[in-house]
Formats: sequence, structure tokens, C-alpha cells
Amino acid sequence: MPTPGPLIEMRGITKSFGAVKANEAVDLSVAPGEILGLLGENGAGKTTLMNVLFGAYAPDAGEILIQGQKVRITSSADALAAGIGMVHQHFHLAPRLTVLENLLIGIPGKSGRLDRAGGLARLAEISRQHGLTLDPDLPVSALSVGEQQRLEIVKALFRGAKLLILDEPTAVLAPREVDGLFSALRSMAAQGLGIIFISHKLNEVRALTHRCTVLRLGRVAGRVDDPANTTSAEMAQLMCGHEIVPPARGPSTPGAAVLTLDGISTSKHSGTVLRDVSLAVRAGEILGIAGVSGNGQRALAEVISGVRAPDAGQMTIAGQKVSRFSPREVQALGLGRIPEDRMTTGLVTNLPLADSMVLPRIGTAAFSAKGLLKPDAIRAFAEEQIKAYDIRCPGPMTRAGALSGGNLQKALLARELAFDPKVLIVSQPTRGLDIGAARFIHEKFLDMRAKGCGIIVIGEDLEELLVLCDRIAVMYEGRIVGTLDSADATIARLGLLMTGAEGHS
Amino acid sequence: MFRLEVRTSTPAWFNLALPLLAIVATLVLCSGLIALAGAGVLESYGVMFTASLGDSYAITETLVRAAPMIFTGLAVAVAFRAKFWNIGAEGQLLAGAVASCFVGAIPMPGPLAMLLMAIAGAAAGAAVALVPATLRVKFKVDDVVSSLLLNSVIYYALMALIEGPWKDSFSGYPISPPIEDSANFPVLIEGTRLHLGVVVALIAAPLIWFLIVRTTLGFRIRVTGENPEAARYGGINVERVLISTALLSGALAGLAGVGEVGGVHFQVMSDISPGYGYSGIVVAMLARLNPFGVVPAAIFLAAVMTGAEAMSRATGVPAFLSDVIQGTALLAMLVALLFTAYRVRRVGAAR
Amino acid sequence: MSAVFEQIFQVGFLAAIIRIATPLALATLGEMFSERAGVLNLGIEGIMLLCAMTGFTATSLSGSLWLGVLTAVLTGMLMGALHALFTVALGLSQHVCGIGVTLFSSGLAYFLYRLIFGQQSVPPSIKGFQTVPIPILSDIPVLGPAVFNQFALVYVAIIAIPLAAFVLYRTPWGLSVRMVGENPRAADSAGVSVIATRFQAVILGGALMGLAGAFLSMAQFNAFTFGVVSGRGWVAIALVVFGRWDPWRSAGAALLFAFVDALQLRMQASGLGHIPYEAFLMLPFIFTIVAMAVMSRNAVAPSALLKPFRREER
Repeated sequence: MPTPGPLIEMRGITKSFGAVKANEAVDLSVAPGEILGLLGENGAGKTTLMNVLFGAYAPDAGEILIQGQKVRITSSADALAAGIGMVHQHFHLAPRLTVLENLLIGIPGKSGRLDRAGGLARLAEISRQHGLTLDPDLPVSALSVGEQQRLEIVKALFRGAKLLILDEPTAVLAPREVDGLFSALRSMAAQGLGIIFISHKLNEVRALTHRCTVLRLGRVAGRVDDPANTTSAEMAQLMCGHEIVPPARGPSTPGAAVLTLDGISTSKHSGTVLRDVSLAVRAGEILGIAGVSGNGQRALAEVISGVRAPDAGQMTIAGQKVSRFSPREVQALGLGRIPEDRMTTGLVTNLPLADSMVLPRIGTAAFSAKGLLKPDAIRAFAEEQIKAYDIRCPGPMTRAGALSGGNLQKALLARELAFDPKVLIVSQPTRGLDIGAARFIHEKFLDMRAKGCGIIVIGEDLEELLVLCDRIAVMYEGRIVGTLDSADATIARLGLLMTGAEGHS
Repeated sequence: MFRLEVRTSTPAWFNLALPLLAIVATLVLCSGLIALAGAGVLESYGVMFTASLGDSYAITETLVRAAPMIFTGLAVAVAFRAKFWNIGAEGQLLAGAVASCFVGAIPMPGPLAMLLMAIAGAAAGAAVALVPATLRVKFKVDDVVSSLLLNSVIYYALMALIEGPWKDSFSGYPISPPIEDSANFPVLIEGTRLHLGVVVALIAAPLIWFLIVRTTLGFRIRVTGENPEAARYGGINVERVLISTALLSGALAGLAGVGEVGGVHFQVMSDISPGYGYSGIVVAMLARLNPFGVVPAAIFLAAVMTGAEAMSRATGVPAFLSDVIQGTALLAMLVALLFTAYRVRRVGAAR
Repeated sequence: MSAVFEQIFQVGFLAAIIRIATPLALATLGEMFSERAGVLNLGIEGIMLLCAMTGFTATSLSGSLWLGVLTAVLTGMLMGALHALFTVALGLSQHVCGIGVTLFSSGLAYFLYRLIFGQQSVPPSIKGFQTVPIPILSDIPVLGPAVFNQFALVYVAIIAIPLAAFVLYRTPWGLSVRMVGENPRAADSAGVSVIATRFQAVILGGALMGLAGAFLSMAQFNAFTFGVVSGRGWVAIALVVFGRWDPWRSAGAALLFAFVDALQLRMQASGLGHIPYEAFLMLPFIFTIVAMAVMSRNAVAPSALLKPFRREER
């Protein structure tokens, strides 16, 4: 029997967005039954490459071969027809439609009607083959995140995928769920499916994949033929181009508590709830909040930012009790905030950058008096910060949306730090940033810590939390289930807490 | 193959070029209808131009017509800046007209009457605009639909008044009694209808510009319109901004009605507004929501309306052409606005 | 009050409700299809007016009622395509485009009508649709003569409701429409063309609005006047919200509105003479606003409504 050729081959793929080369001359191949790891830092071009393969982006150069045949993939319909299925990082599901309806979308009907019976039969068959069970008549909104991911995988198989692409599938899962996912993927590979597993988590890649392609700055930085027997350090070096030197975090000398939460609870509202959350952040300390996404971190950030009032419990900032829970109140008490989602809750992309930079303090004497703006002061402030933080842009009147992610994050940092906040709440501070920008931001946090600011960092990247934080609290189902000194914390211990497997420590 | 590419900045001359481009495109497109009516295109547009801007009297007539549209245009521009979709300027104008007519009919010294008419009209317009804004803030009712429906309610209310209790017993027509002569807005140029309200409208534009660009309320309106979430996190009370915007917008639309009562008709009738409220949307969009731009945009539409009537008399082309021009101009301007956000790039076919 | 109650159960009153509900139900279904696909069509008011005009004109010139209906439907589809071109293909603001389409369509309707018919002291009229009793069904007491002795277009509307529900919930195309209205990216990644589906839904919506317009000028009034639509399009938009974007509920909302409208017509006629009739005309609009206030809190609009879809966006 001849050895099977590659299932899929990408040759010399190049794709630019404006001046940014997201992919440059990238080669990649996957054989049937093979699990290929696609590794790279945020912004290395993994997602772009897969979107090219899935037909979402047209490459500027390069070709794609499927079982040796050159193909043109210009739409997701082409990709599906070629047997490529993709599980996106953000699920492509309609929450209000049922599981079955989400499966049947795009499938031709039977004599003009939706083929319900055929769909049910096919779903049952896939469930049996891979142990992926789902209730067909539930609306997707009733499924857990893990089940929604399962549905995405079933959706791909439903369409006869021979190659399955998974983009950062474990980011939304608890470690226990990750094991389930991995065993399902292994079973699929054993039946001849090719799988591309995108991740930047080295331990997962080493545990699961047969082979790895590593991207850095849009190019192939190297390949690993035996991930299981390659050290994480070696792979990390391929990813970053140099050994990662964590920022030096000196010993902390925490002072008095600058932010306290005492018995904070919120009722069911947009999914997440907080249950009796108590914590304290002291001056000169960085507290991490770890947890699988969707366990109340967002609600916690909303309460602390003053956009959501809790149903029970108390909060103090710098010793002052928060009474009204409005953003204006918590800001006045000394809270700074770096949001998870820069574009939606932080900046105003269609207005000049300067406007975004003064937004939270527009009513203060620095930028206005008697209801009139001080345009010169606003401009001067923005120019000063642009210089101080090396924000790359033509000037303060540039549309904020025109800046890159790293520069936007710097702008947000500048606007919050300029007024010496006593407490800083930060969510996913370096998501989507390149290494240089991430490092700059980490250093700024450590500076603030040295100046006596209390910082609370909500993050999913445990490695980042471990290097940055003095203490790490873990959230599970809306509770703080444990708080570890980072000296005692390990990824394994945190992971266990994140599944709710360990009680209070 | 062509592709749309996101622009990072827009050149300043775009502010002038885009509306002009839209207007030219509109006139070209609508020339087809003139030809369909069997008239000469250039001749017809020529008549329109001479009748509306050809001599000083024509210009004053056009300005008189532009005044209410400056107000409704400002009303819409302010509202749209905050993404408060006030399509109800028509009803707010009518409410302003009714209120000012009530006040103007009370005998009192002229200047006081005019001031009180303005206050009453603005307050009535604001009160009407408050309804869709409150419904949106409190009940999440779509402001477009509620403000549109409210136009019908106000219109029927006005009709009920002038055909019922408020009917002018003297004339017997469904019109309100006239306001006191002393409350009539002074005419500024002898022999024309150019009244004080026109000047007030022209002054209102820079004032509103100042409000939007230079005040904290204007800042809050802009930020709330562009990104309500960021505004909320930034400590802005988004609901309060929406209500303030609605009050301001409604007051401006109400003033449009005040000008029509005090300066043009001196009473209220069913057709006191030939859709000035809706034209305000066209004006605001042509002006790219810039209060300064509202003035030329309103003058353009006023010229089209005045000119279309003359053209109809001269060439037999139905005067409704001006309605088609308004709709076309709005759509053309929207398409032209694409050029501010995107540029068209020629790209090679995908390999 | 009891007099009012007696009137409700009169055949004439029921028949009036059905007649008033028909154009509203058609227009509401049309708007619903458009919105289900994620496109608000505020052009509805103008589209209905233009279709009422073209339908009337075609019938007036040809003498054929069904040719008029066909013309109105085609006009509606064309205007739907225009709205889709702006909002779907170019991704422009749905609010403002809709207003633009309404202004443009109404202007065009007035202009063409005046061009074709000139200014006449007595507006031209046509011999419109006549009532057609359906054998057997029309013999059912009360309900029969009210519902089954109606204009042909009423029957079209009655059939359109279950048909719309079937198409929306039971066919692959209907699923695509719902999906592009909820999560266009999901539809796109499943190989469904978001742009094409939205175009089709808005055009189908336009066709239904065309039918509604045709009903007004060719069955209800048998003439075209500038006030022939007078806010029914706006009402339809509210009824979609009230009917929670569902065909059955939307039709129910249209019936409820028609009930209020028929009631106010009766009250106008029943000699409450000292109250101006406009006070009654206002009622359905106030009713609609209040109904929206009551319903909107729980209303769940399609998630992608008002959101343009562009694929290659970072």
C-alpha cells in the first residue's frame, strides 16, 4: 500500500492587510490521520493563514492543494466542498436557533423542505462514531461553552470534513473539558481525519500533536517533528525568536487595602452571576484573577468598574465606600480601568484619538470649565501622552480606529495612568499584542506597583498571570474558590481550582 | 476587480466635494424625469435656478423657505450625532407652530409676544421629542418607529384642533385664528417676506456648531453617538445625554414651526409644513451632520422647492420633481459618504 | 358600551376588520422577511405608495386588474432591490437609506401620477376588485360572509400567512434567512451567501409591500390619492415588533390593529359628533405606540438587525 500523500498542502501563502504582512511565503501540509500543531504568538499569522485556507481571505500569492489537486478556495462554500471544516475561536452559531437548525444551515433540503429526518440520522451517526452527543432540539443558547464547541465540531463533520481546523479551541475550556476534547480529536484522527490544532499553549501542543509548524511574524519560523519529545523552552524560542525573559518582579511591600469587595453578589443577568465574592487588593500589589472564561470574571469587572450595581455586598476604593456604583463615582474615588475590549468599551474609533484619551475625565477641571471644553488642554494632554508612551500615530486628531492594537492599548494605558489611579483594573491586558508591546505594558504595571498602585489583572493566560502577579485568585461559577501566593502557585494547581475540584485554600 | 479599503483619514476638501458630487449626481439622475415629461433638461434647470436664486427677491424667497429647514436640519443633525433617530421633526415642527400660534394670539407687546412664542414653540417641540426618547430609554422602543408614528398623531391632533374647537370662526376654513398683528415677525427688507426668523435661523447654526464642538454636552453627545458603551464606561450617563439631545433637537424643530407662524403664515393650517421635518433629514445628511453645512444644504433644498414650482408653471414638468430630487439627493449623499470611510482600490484578480 | 359590543359581532364590522387588516398583514409580512434577514426597511411607506400608484396606473391603462397587481409587485421588488443595494451591498445606514427610499418613492409616485393623469378636478378611478364569495365557506354564519366573501387579494393575504410561516420555518431558504439575521458569520462559514440571502429577503419583502399597496388603490379605494397609504407602512414596522418577528403573531398584530381601526371608524360614524373625527384617526397610532412600549422590553429583534455584513474585515 502506497503511503498516502498529504491531505492538504499550502505553498507560499502570502497575505497582507495594508502595510502589515500577516503571512509571508508560508508552507504547510497535513496528512490524513495527522494532528498538526500550528504554533505562534498572538499576531503571528495563524488565524490569517487558516482563514485563507477556509476561503475567508483571498491570499495575495501562493497555492493550495488538496490530495495533490490544485484548488481555488474563494469562499467558505468552496472550503466546505473541498472537505475543510473550521471551528473558529468565536463560535459561528446562532444562539436562538436550535442545534439541528445550526447543523442544517446551508444544507440543501428535500423537495424544498428542511431535511429534518436526514439531519437527525446524520447527527446520531456522528454522535455514535465519536462520542459527541447533543440534544438536537435545544436552542444553542441553552448549551454550555463546551457543548457549543462540540456542536461546531459536529457541524464540520456533518458536512463531511476531511480536514478539521480548530482555532485556539482550549481557550474557552476547563482543563477537564480539554481532556475530553483531546480524546475526541485523537479518535477522529485515528479514523483518517486530518486535524490542524492552533494554539500558543505549548504543553497542549506537546500532548496532542504529531508534528508542529511554528509561525513568527507571519513567516514559518521552524518545524517540530516530534513535539512530545521537544522541550517547551525550545518551542518557545522558535515562537519568540529569543528566550523569554519574564519582566523582573521585585518583592512587593504591600500597604493598606485600596480596593475591597465584601460579599458581592449579583443576580442572574446576561448569564454570569457573582456569588458572595470577597477580595482585597493592597497598595503596591498585583492580584490576578484566573478562571475559565465565563465564570463571572466579566461581571466582576463590571461591578468594580461601576457599570453594574451588585444586589448584595459592599465595595470600597481607597477606604471610601462605593454607594452608587456609577463609572463616574468609582473613577472619582481613584479607579483606573483597562478594558478587555478596547474597541467596544474603551475607545471611540470614529472620533479623534484625543477625544478617547480624555473621555473619562472630560468633566474635570483639567479639560473643561462651566460646560465648555478646553480644546487646547485636551490637545496638549494627548500630545504629551503620545510622546511619553511612544504611541505611533500622525497626531492627536487622528481617528482612533486607525491605530494598531498595541498603540491603542498604550493610549488606554496612558489615559488611565496619567491621573495616578489608586487602583487599576485590567482585563486580558496583552491579548492580541505582539511581544514588544506586551512587554512594555507589563513593565508599566510593575512601575505602577512600585508607586503603590493596587492592580487587579483578570486573565486567561496563566503563564502571564504567574509572572505578573503577587497573588492569584481563582474564579469558578461566580465564586472565588481559592487564592494562592504566586510563589506557591503552579499551572497544575490553578488548573485544578479552575475546575472547581479543590475547595478553599 | 475593485475593493473597498478602510481609510485612516479624510481630506478636508471632502466636506465640500461630497455634497457637491451628490447634488450633481442627483441632478443628472433626475434629468431623466424631465426628459420623460417632454421638457428640455437645461431649460428646466435654468428656470429652477433663475426662479430661486436669479435675483435678489428670488433669493429672499428661497431664504424664507430655507429657514424652517435650517432649524429641522439642525434638529436632525444634533439628534443623529447622538444616534437618537429623531424622524419626528415634522411633528415637533407642527407642535411648535400650534404652541406659538396660541401664544401669539394673546394680546401683548410685540417683542414679548415673539419671545414667548419662541419659548412656547421650542418647549412644545421638545415635549414631543421627549416621547420617543423616553420610550427608548425606559422601554427600549425603537425611536425611529415611535417618532414616525408620533408625526401622524400630532398631525391628526392639529387637524382636530383647526377643524374643531380652534377653527377660525371668521373665515370658516379649517385654519386657526391669526396671531396678533403686533406678534408678526418684523420684515427686514421692505417689499420682501424676509423676516426676523430667518436671521435667527442663520445665527442658530453657528451656535449649535459651538455647542457640539466646544461644550462638554456636545462632547458627550458625540461620544454617546459613536460608542455608547465606551461612553457609559467613561462615566457618561448615556440615558441623560439621549434625553438632553432629544430636548434640544425637538426645541430646534419646534422653532421651525415658530418661524412659519410668526414670519410666514401668521396662523396654523393643515399644510403649514410641506414636509420640512422630513427635508431636515436630507439637509442634515447633505451637511454631514455639520451645523455649518446645514445652512447651504437647506438653501439648496429651498431653491429646489421654489424653483420647481416656477419650472412647473413654465415647462409643465410636475413640481413634484422637487420631492424626487430630495429623495435622490439623500441616497446619493449616502453613497458619496462611502468615500469618507473607504477608498476604492483596484486590485488584481485573486490567483 | 353594550352597543359597541353588539357592533363587534356584526358581519359588516368583522368584514371591515378583515379588509383593514389585509394590506397591513401583507406589509407586515414583507417587513418581517426583510428584518428577519437583518435589514430594516423604512422604505416601506414610500414603496407601498409607489406600488399603489403603479398598480393603479397599469390597471387604469390596460383595464386588467391582475396586470395592475403584477405591476405593483414588480415595482415593490425593484424598490426592495434598491434598498438592498444600498444597505446590503454597500452596507449603508439602514435607517437613513430607508427614509431616503421612502422620500424617493413617494416623490416618484406623485411625480409620475401627475405626469400621467395631469391635474383633474375629479380624480380618476378604476373599477376595482369585487368581492368573490367562496362556495360553502361563505355560508358559515357570521364568519362566512365576513371572511369568505371578500376581495381576491384578501384570500391572497390569508394564504400568505401560513405560507410565510412555512417558508421561514420549514425550508432551507427560510433557515438561511433566519441565520443571516441572527449570525451572518455563521451563515457565511456554512457556505450560505449572506449578501444573496439578504437581497432575496428584502426583495420578497418588497413584493409583499407591493401587494399591500395594490390592495389599497385597487380594492379598498379604487383610486390613487396622495394619502392612500397615510402611515400604514410605519404602522407595519411597529406591528413587526409587536408580532415578535413571527408570521402568525405579525398577522395577529395586524388583526388587532385593524380591530382598533375599525372600531374608531364605527365610533366616528356613530354620532359622537362633538369629538372631531381626527381624534379617532389618532387612536390606532397611539395604540401602536403604547403596544410597542408594552412589548418592546421582551421583544427580541434578530441579533444582526441593522448590522451590515462585510466579509474581509479586521
